Amino acid sequence: MDLSINPILLVASLMVASTPILLAAIGELVVEKAGVLNLGVEGMMIVGAICGFAIAVETGSPAVGFVAAALGGAVLSMLFGFLTQYLLSNQVATGLALTLFGLGLSSLMGQSYVGVKPPSTPKLDIPILSDLPVVGPMIFSHDLMVYISLAIIVAVWAFLKYTRGGLILRAVGESHDAAHALGYNVIFVRLGAIAFGGACAGLGGAYLSLVRVPQWTEGMTAGAGWIALAIVVFASWRAGRVLLGAYLFGGITVLQLNLQAAGVAIPVELLSMSPYLITILVLVIISSDRNRAALNAPASLGRAFHASH
Amino acid sequence: MIRLEKRPTPSQTWSYLTPLVAVIATMIAGGMLFAFLGKDPIAVIRTIFWDPIFGEFAFYYRGQLLVKAGPLILIAIGLSLGFKAGIWNIGAEGQYIMGAIFGAAVGLAFYPMEARWLIFPLMIIAGALGGCLWAMIPGILKTRFNTNEILVSLLLVYVAEAILASMSLGMLRNPEGAGFPGSRNLRQYESAANNELIAGWGMHWGVVAAFIAVIFAYILLSRHIMGFNIRLTGESPRAARFAGVNPTRLVLFCLGISGALAGLAGMFEVAGPAGQISIDFNVGYGFTAIIVAFLGRLHPIGILLAGLLMALTYIGGEAAQASLGLPGAAIQAFQGMLLFFLLAFDVLTNFRIRLSREVAP
Repeated sequence: MDLSINPILLVASLMVASTPILLAAIGELVVEKAGVLNLGVEGMMIVGAICGFAIAVETGSPAVGFVAAALGGAVLSMLFGFLTQYLLSNQVATGLALTLFGLGLSSLMGQSYVGVKPPSTPKLDIPILSDLPVVGPMIFSHDLMVYISLAIIVAVWAFLKYTRGGLILRAVGESHDAAHALGYNVIFVRLGAIAFGGACAGLGGAYLSLVRVPQWTEGMTAGAGWIALAIVVFASWRAGRVLLGAYLFGGITVLQLNLQAAGVAIPVELLSMSPYLITILVLVIISSDRNRAALNAPASLGRAFHASH
Repeated sequence: MIRLEKRPTPSQTWSYLTPLVAVIATMIAGGMLFAFLGKDPIAVIRTIFWDPIFGEFAFYYRGQLLVKAGPLILIAIGLSLGFKAGIWNIGAEGQYIMGAIFGAAVGLAFYPMEARWLIFPLMIIAGALGGCLWAMIPGILKTRFNTNEILVSLLLVYVAEAILASMSLGMLRNPEGAGFPGSRNLRQYESAANNELIAGWGMHWGVVAAFIAVIFAYILLSRHIMGFNIRLTGESPRAARFAGVNPTRLVLFCLGISGALAGLAGMFEVAGPAGQISIDFNVGYGFTAIIVAFLGRLHPIGILLAGLLMALTYIGGEAAQASLGLPGAAIQAFQGMLLFFLLAFDVLTNFRIRLSREVAP
């Protein structure tokens, strides 16, 4: 039995393993900040995964694939947006419908792509940084999407904290009636947030199918979308903590895979269910403090908005 | 300009009509999807909805109808109670798996003893218990730690799947199975088998249980104080609190019942149509049942009809797969589409559509 897990490789693969969930979670954070609960993350992720995969295979360019994935996720999310914002359907039920429909649609779209190898996404070779000892291979030699995902986190954080747009978005999420009375278009803001969430989930899905795995299999997201939803709760709706939560989760995933490979005397099934169990455990710890949990959630989360005049 | 105007009370007429309208809309949109896949839409729709009941081979398919509808109805009845009260158990698939494992484990523990009067009832109890316990996890976490039951119940599906894999490779593996994964076949074990009660009808004990559950749910919702509390909590949680409804009890009751019914469905499936515990034992009934519950308007009789319709799409889908080469995933997308249309048309139940000129408010 060999327990020597290389810490450099561990951190490097942790960043790759975390990126899909990181992208999906930051998108959902913006959606929830606008007061909308979209439970369709899993569906948008898997549709993004197949859109990105198919387009990348057809064009031979992963970059075009990622753009297509973002578009696919956003288009699908607009279905949710139309139903919840204009037809005022129940957000929980509509989100579930989005997931069920997305799973079916993706396996329909992906039939001819099973077993196909996607074009490989190049790893960056940043002149000086990548050559640094230890830190270089650990942090500075990933593909571009890893850094884009980090940039999105920073951008969302800055947008919500420092810009007028972010303030409006938060106002809509906290009290849609007050925001409406001030003259902001609640539905328009929410649709924008939902589309952004869909695009991010699509990117996350494509990262799974193009980089992390890289292959297309039915139902390949395997609950990643639901874990992303849990991470938003874990993060108490703060962008910085989404990063922490996603990397923590990625770390656990990579660690259990390493332990499986190392043949530790823990049953494989227990290891493979550990990410889900730990997510539940984290949810329990975060939610158990009732006052704090209630304080952080956007006040209008999940409530339908219908302007009477 | 189109404007929505809230109705003072939800329209009774539309609440009955929307499922029908949604089914028709799904047939049209689904037909377009099938045409896009290069199939003749009319032929596909006929193969799915008409042939299994009235076609040449209907004698075979009619039996299958009850086999598929049984678990869907059983699970959906349980889910509908929670959904009515705003308690979202979406992990029925996991409870279904755990019920099957518990039920099969009890049956296999007695192998090869012959005592049907003892073993089969014990398996039923174990199945219900397995599902109930699995649903109690999100229930207790919600009432004790305020954890979101949607996420926990769903995440537990993946845990249950891992346990299922472990069971069919390990503890419950058939010792005479030449090392292949999967348990002994319960259908060949007289005391544990859940076989057809009337040959060719597809009627097994699980279907009987589904019918009983429909009646039970109907009485509960219309005649019992618990059913009243469920409905009250769904319509107005605040009013329910003032009326003295204990939210903790309500959450545990709804999750417990839905878990137990899902567990029963799993147990009847493993002892009957499926026959054995295997890695790919679950086929998504727990998720399709969510669509069934909504399509049936969360009403027991509605769910009965919706379950039969959804079973028809499964059977017709398989028939279309065999005879027309329709991809299996198309049916899954079709079912998802149905839920979308249902939710979309539901706007007509609660709102009036007004075509209005711009008027001053």
